[in-house]
Amino acid sequence: MTFVYERLMGGKSGLSGFLILALFILIVLPLSLDLFRLNLVGKYLTYAFAAISLVLLWGYGGILSLGQGIFFGLGGYGMAMFLKLEASSPENTAIQSTPGIPDFMDWNQLTELPWFWVPFNSFTLTIIAILILPAAFAYLIGAAMFKRRVGGVYFAIITQVIAVILTVLIVGQQGFTGGINGITDLRTLNGWDITSNSAKYIFYFINCALLLTVIMASRFILTSKFGSLLLAIRDKEDRVRFSGYDVSNFKIFVFCFAALISAIGGAMFTLQVGFMSPSFVGIVPSIEMVIFAAVGGRMSLVGVVYGTLLINFGKTAFSESFPELWLFLMGGLFIAVVMFFPNGLAGIWKDYGHHLTNRLSGLRNWVQNSPAGATNKKMVDNT
Amino acid sequence: MIAAGNTDFTLAIEDLTVSFDGFKAVDGLNFYLEKNELHVVIGPNGAGKTTVLDLICGKTRSTSGSIRFLNQELTKMAEHEIVRAGVGRKFQTPSIYENLTVFENLEVSYPAGRGVFGSIMFKRSEEVKKKIEEVAQDINLGDALDTESGLLSHGQKQWLEIGMLLIQDPQLLMLDEPVAGMSVNERNQTAELLKRISKGRSVLVIEHDMPFVKQIAHKVTVLHQGKILAEGNMEKIQHDPKVIDVYLGH
Amino acid sequence: MDGYTYSELGSILAMQGFAGFSLFSVLLLMALGLAIIFGQMGVINMAHGEFMAVGAYTTYMLSTLTETYAPSLMPYYFFVAIVAAFLIAGLLGYIAEFVLIRHLYKRPLDTLLATWGLSLIMQQSFRSIFGAREVSPALPDWLLGSYQPTDTIDIPLNGMFVLGLTTVVTLGVYYLMFRSRWGLRVRATTQNRVMSGAVGINTTKVDRYTFALGCGIAGIAGAAFTTIASTGPTTGTLYIVDTFMVVVFGGAASLLGTILSAFTIAQAQSILEFFISGSMAKVYTLLALVLILMFKPEGLFASKIRR
Repeated sequence: MTFVYERLMGGKSGLSGFLILALFILIVLPLSLDLFRLNLVGKYLTYAFAAISLVLLWGYGGILSLGQGIFFGLGGYGMAMFLKLEASSPENTAIQSTPGIPDFMDWNQLTELPWFWVPFNSFTLTIIAILILPAAFAYLIGAAMFKRRVGGVYFAIITQVIAVILTVLIVGQQGFTGGINGITDLRTLNGWDITSNSAKYIFYFINCALLLTVIMASRFILTSKFGSLLLAIRDKEDRVRFSGYDVSNFKIFVFCFAALISAIGGAMFTLQVGFMSPSFVGIVPSIEMVIFAAVGGRMSLVGVVYGTLLINFGKTAFSESFPELWLFLMGGLFIAVVMFFPNGLAGIWKDYGHHLTNRLSGLRNWVQNSPAGATNKKMVDNT
Repeated sequence: MIAAGNTDFTLAIEDLTVSFDGFKAVDGLNFYLEKNELHVVIGPNGAGKTTVLDLICGKTRSTSGSIRFLNQELTKMAEHEIVRAGVGRKFQTPSIYENLTVFENLEVSYPAGRGVFGSIMFKRSEEVKKKIEEVAQDINLGDALDTESGLLSHGQKQWLEIGMLLIQDPQLLMLDEPVAGMSVNERNQTAELLKRISKGRSVLVIEHDMPFVKQIAHKVTVLHQGKILAEGNMEKIQHDPKVIDVYLGH
Repeated sequence: MDGYTYSELGSILAMQGFAGFSLFSVLLLMALGLAIIFGQMGVINMAHGEFMAVGAYTTYMLSTLTETYAPSLMPYYFFVAIVAAFLIAGLLGYIAEFVLIRHLYKRPLDTLLATWGLSLIMQQSFRSIFGAREVSPALPDWLLGSYQPTDTIDIPLNGMFVLGLTTVVTLGVYYLMFRSRWGLRVRATTQNRVMSGAVGINTTKVDRYTFALGCGIAGIAGAAFTTIASTGPTTGTLYIVDTFMVVVFGGAASLLGTILSAFTIAQAQSILEFFISGSMAKVYTLLALVLILMFKPEGLFASKIRR
């Protein structure tokens, strides 16, 4: 019991935050939003996986990855490949010149399923691939970089370049990947219609459960000696090394774990949104994940979930009504967070929490009416 | 390998040379450290003192020569392996984790759970707590265990870093200017501390502060331009004409 | 490669190689600015591409103004445009340093994010002012046309002009950084900020002008860029990754390294592009760079220093 309390929930301070978040996403949001909006929240929450991965990696480890989209994308594509193969049964694709392969392959004159698609016929293998491939790829990158003590801005740039390479590759090889449109027209999961209302509800709750599990797992790691070591490595890498630790192994591990979390988010994205495309892999989504984490608070596992929701609701609301203002706001947010609120929402909450407590009671109305407008006001109130 | 043969020395450095683009920071150095010895290295700026420590702990790689610690060759070992073999090193500027408490600083340095998974599963057992408290007492920080270490005074930070080494029980303790920036009172306390902790292990200290050196040193080595200029007890060093020349005339 | 005779292949190499020179010129100008800022100050400027776009838009505005009010001056406006691009981009850089960058010098990762925010704001400003459509200035006649040494080789004049411009700017940077009093101050500040301050160098001023200079050179890159392609709000972002690779690959502090690295990357990409699709050429080039950097993280041409 004490183990669950101290290590998974994070003791006194962590527990209330964790429970409020659970309450918020499991009860408040489903009760107050229609299915369309709830599905949207579900989509945003998949980005929160990547944001959480950045808390571990960037907030605690001091390793800024501008390539979390790589792993989010690999997870998402893994799931999409499975769903696509299921949607491309010979009966469904009888009109193609080669029935039984995905439509975009047929359009690109492929006559046979490429070898790397074959394992994705099996659901079990797909899940294994989602859990292992992104982390394995992270291991390769991490081992190559951290063993040679590449860090800081170099690491950030290299991860960004890898994200670019992957995007260009996916777009360029449309016969194998579906190209710029991505993998679309995904319908069923083991015969179950993923576009049905019940499926959307179920995926939402599975997603929330996974997210909360990931938070607990991350907290478990961060409250261990490993967590203290991560902070120590961030602040005084040499001191850690000369205290008898092989620093690179710690960095590699946290990078792999971050990749795993992001990949789970990506897979849940595909399930809830019904497609996957390169626009969730490259520079822009990757750096957006960083801003989710920065706004939520790079040191707060719970805070970044709110940060992710806030930014995405803001983006949706603004791009509907003032598309030209959104980039200004987003740019300003990057600058403001870095310069004035390095601990993001979580930091503001810590400093001014009592002002906000009063507002929690009005939360239901706030979500239903105009999320972005209200949230925006909230931020102004506190600055 | 250099056939040095096994010796009784804690540390035996032979023909050690390191050059940076032709500049020899350490030049054919021979140096021996006995068990239970508190040895101070002095010398003018740029004499290569810190470089020697860097070489021993693996931060800098030697160009040639050998460093044997308890008859184990260090020059080819990775930094963390050298530490695990029993060599602890304090840096010139206090190098502690300012965002962690004194307790956590010592816990992070505790020599168990040093692998990735070991550290995740590491348990804060009674034994660990007891050891941490014991070390904290030793370094005069017994009452400050829950203080965030960034809030400590400069002198206390220096002690904390020494404590972080002590908790690993190293056979060789290397301290780079341990009393720099300390008050007279703190210096005296540090001298006492060093005398206490040098029992049962060898200690290698780099220091500029002559009264302090006099207070603690069993033996003194003067380094100049990467070479040993003089070696012996403090009395002898102080009257060595070569040493006086290096420090006063130029 | 079937179907090409040797002489045809030679001509292709010469022409693609020359196309590579244009890419090389823009990349080098961009990289010079970025390398000055990164190498000397340790700051990664993610908005560097947008400063290039500032230069390009400046050129576009000047060409429109000249065309409307003084058409007779059309042959000469481009020279004014180069200077204006340098000054305006430099001025904006100066302001950015004052408002933003100087508060973040000890936090390189945060600088990266803040300048990314700056780049978003600049992109949207371009879109609001000039529209989302791509624009290109009317080029003076003497920049159009091409030089034909043989029947099969066709070298565009604009490429040659840009190459010349790049040479002049590179020599200028070399003189400024390594032969002038000011460059000495910049290099001193890089090596030891505290000591430089102590011997009376105004390091704050040095930082600000260095940043402005880097941005100004990006502005010149933008002016050069207009002769090769048209400019849109997101033009800058297309070049920024390549530019980073040039700087990192070249070893940030070495001018010669930057030149060689820009040359290698531009030529590799340009020649590969003829034989395989453009996107795969990019994939192979970047992949090769990443692999090389994994084995030689300090860059190909970095000097060995004592740490």
